[in-house]
Amino acid sequence: MLAVRDLHAWYGEQHVLHGVNFEVSTGEIVTLIGRNGAGRSTVLKSIMGLLHRRTGSITLEGREVLGLPSRTVARLGVGYVPEDRGIYTTLTVEENLFLPPEVRKPEFSVRQILEMFPNIRERLASGASKLSGGEQQMLAIGRVLRTGARLLLLDEPTEGLAPVIVEQIGRAVTLLKQAGLTVILVEQNFNFAAAVADRHYVIEQGHVVDMIPNAERDQHAAKLQKYLGI
Amino acid sequence: MEELLGIPVQALFGQILLGLINGSFYAILSLGLAIIFGLLNIINFTHGAQYMLGAFLAWMGLSYLGVGYWTALLIAPLLVGLTGIAIERLLLARLANVDHLYGFLLTYGIALVIQGLFRNYYGASALPYPVPAELRGGYDLGFMFLPTYRGWVVAISLAICLATWLLIEKTRLGSHLRAATEKPGLTEAFGINVPLLVTMTYGAGAALAAFAGVLAAPIYSVNPQMGADLIIVVFGVVVIGGMGSILGAIVTGFGLGLIEGLTKVFYAPASDIVIFVIMIVILLVRPAGLFGKA
Ligand SMILES: Nc1ncnc2c1ncn2[C@@H]1O[C@H](COP(=O)(O)OP(=O)(O)OP(=O)(O)O)[C@@H](O)[C@H]1O
Ligand SMILES: [Mg+2]
Repeated sequence: MLAVRDLHAWYGEQHVLHGVNFEVSTGEIVTLIGRNGAGRSTVLKSIMGLLHRRTGSITLEGREVLGLPSRTVARLGVGYVPEDRGIYTTLTVEENLFLPPEVRKPEFSVRQILEMFPNIRERLASGASKLSGGEQQMLAIGRVLRTGARLLLLDEPTEGLAPVIVEQIGRAVTLLKQAGLTVILVEQNFNFAAAVADRHYVIEQGHVVDMIPNAERDQHAAKLQKYLGI
Repeated sequence: MEELLGIPVQALFGQILLGLINGSFYAILSLGLAIIFGLLNIINFTHGAQYMLGAFLAWMGLSYLGVGYWTALLIAPLLVGLTGIAIERLLLARLANVDHLYGFLLTYGIALVIQGLFRNYYGASALPYPVPAELRGGYDLGFMFLPTYRGWVVAISLAICLATWLLIEKTRLGSHLRAATEKPGLTEAFGINVPLLVTMTYGAGAALAAFAGVLAAPIYSVNPQMGADLIIVVFGVVVIGGMGSILGAIVTGFGLGLIEGLTKVFYAPASDIVIFVIMIVILLVRPAGLFGKA
C-alpha cells in the first residue's frame, strides 16, 4: 500500500528526517514509536505533502506521491488526523465533519460514524470550539472516515485523553481494521499501540532503527522500554 | 415646517437617507476587503480602483457601445472579477510566501497604475451617468421625498450583503472558505483546492467593488479619482469593524454611513472626520475592532 524510501525532510534549514525507510501493507495497522522529537509526526506530514523540503520516495500503491500537492494526496485516499486534531473552531461540528470532500465510497456511512462516536451526534449543531479534547479527537477521526480514505494517518490519537475515551478510540480503531482500512499510528501510549497494531516501527533521531512485530513484543520488552525511554 | 430635536424633519431624513446611501457603499466595499483579507491576509489597496473601474466600465459601455445600466450591472463586475483573477494568479500568488507587506505594496501600485491610466485618457473631470429610466422619479413619503434610485441602491446593497453573508456562513462553499481562512495548510490536506479558493475569492471581492462602482455611477460623478477618495474612508470602516469580519463589515458600513449623515445634521464641519475619530477611539480601546477577535 505505502512504501517510504530514503526519506529526508527539513524544516527550513533544520534537517529532521535522515533517510527513513518503511512500508505498510493493505489492511495493516502499523505504529511509529519513539521518543519525543524523534520525527514521527514529521513522517506523517511528509506523506501528506505538508512539508515542502523533502527528498527520497513515497509511493502509494506504486504511485510516487512525493512531489504532489497535499490535496492530491488526500484525493488518492489518504486521511490525516493531525497531532493537534485540526478542529476548525470557526466551523460547527457538522461543518467540520462534512468539510473534506468524499474521495471514495466510504466503508462507514455517516450514521455508522455517529454510532461509533455518539458524543459527536449530540453536538452536531454546536460550534466546534466547545468540544472537549476527546470529542475533538472523535470528530477528527470521524471526519476522515467520512471521506472514504483507505490509508489513515493518526498522530497520537490518545494524547491527553481520559482512559474511558482512550478505550472508545481503541474500539473505533479496531472497527477500522475490521473494515480493511490501513492505518499508520503515531503513538506514545504503548499499551494502546499493542492492543491494536500489527507491527511497530521504532524511530530515533530521524531514522527507522528497528521493526518489532506486535506478536513478538514480549520477547523484545527490554528493547522496547529503552526505545520508548520508560 | 415640522421639527425634531430642533432640526427640520425633511433635512433630518434627507441626511439619514444620504447616510444610508454612503453606508451602502461602505458596506459593500468593506465586505469585499474583509473576505479578501480573511483568505489572502492582504489589505487590497486596489479595491478603490476596482470600484472606479466598475463605474467607468458602465460609463464606457453606455458611451461607446450603447450598453445600458442593467447589462453593465452584470457585465462590469464580471470583467473586473476576471481581471482580479488574473491579478491574483499572475501577481499576488507569487507573493504568498513573503511578508504580507509586499502584497499591500503591490495592490497599491496596481491601483496607482489603473488610476493613472484613466486620468491620462479621461482627465480628472466628472463624467455624467444617467439614472436608468426604470428608476427615475421618486416617492413622496409624507415626511420626505425618496428618489427611487436611492431607495434601490440601499435595498440592493442590503440584499447583496445579506446574500454574501449567507453564502459564507451557511453554505458548503462558505464552510470551505472559512476553513481555508482558519487553517489553509490542513484544508489543502483534506483535498480542498485552496489556491483556487483564494483566486476566486479575490475575483469575487473585486467584482463586489465593481458592482458598487456601477451602483455609484448615477449618484456620484464618474471620475478616475472616485475610488481613491472613497477607499480611505472604507479602510476606516474596516478598522472599526475588525479586519476580516464579514458581519462586522456589513453592520459597521451601514452604521457609520448613518453616523456620518447624522453628524452632517447636527454638526456639519465634523462629518468628514467623524469616522476617523471613531477609528482612533476604537484603536485605543479595542484594537481588534468591534467585531474582530482579539
Ligand atoms: N514546525 C517545525 N519547525 C521546526 N522544527 C520542527 C517543527 N516541527 C517539529 N520540529 C522539530 O523536528 C523534530 C521532529 O519533530 P516531530 O514533531 O516529528 O517529533 P515527534 O516524533 O512527533 O515528537 P513529539 O510529537 O512527541 O514531539 C524535533 O526536533 C522538532 O523540534
Ligand atoms: Mg509528534
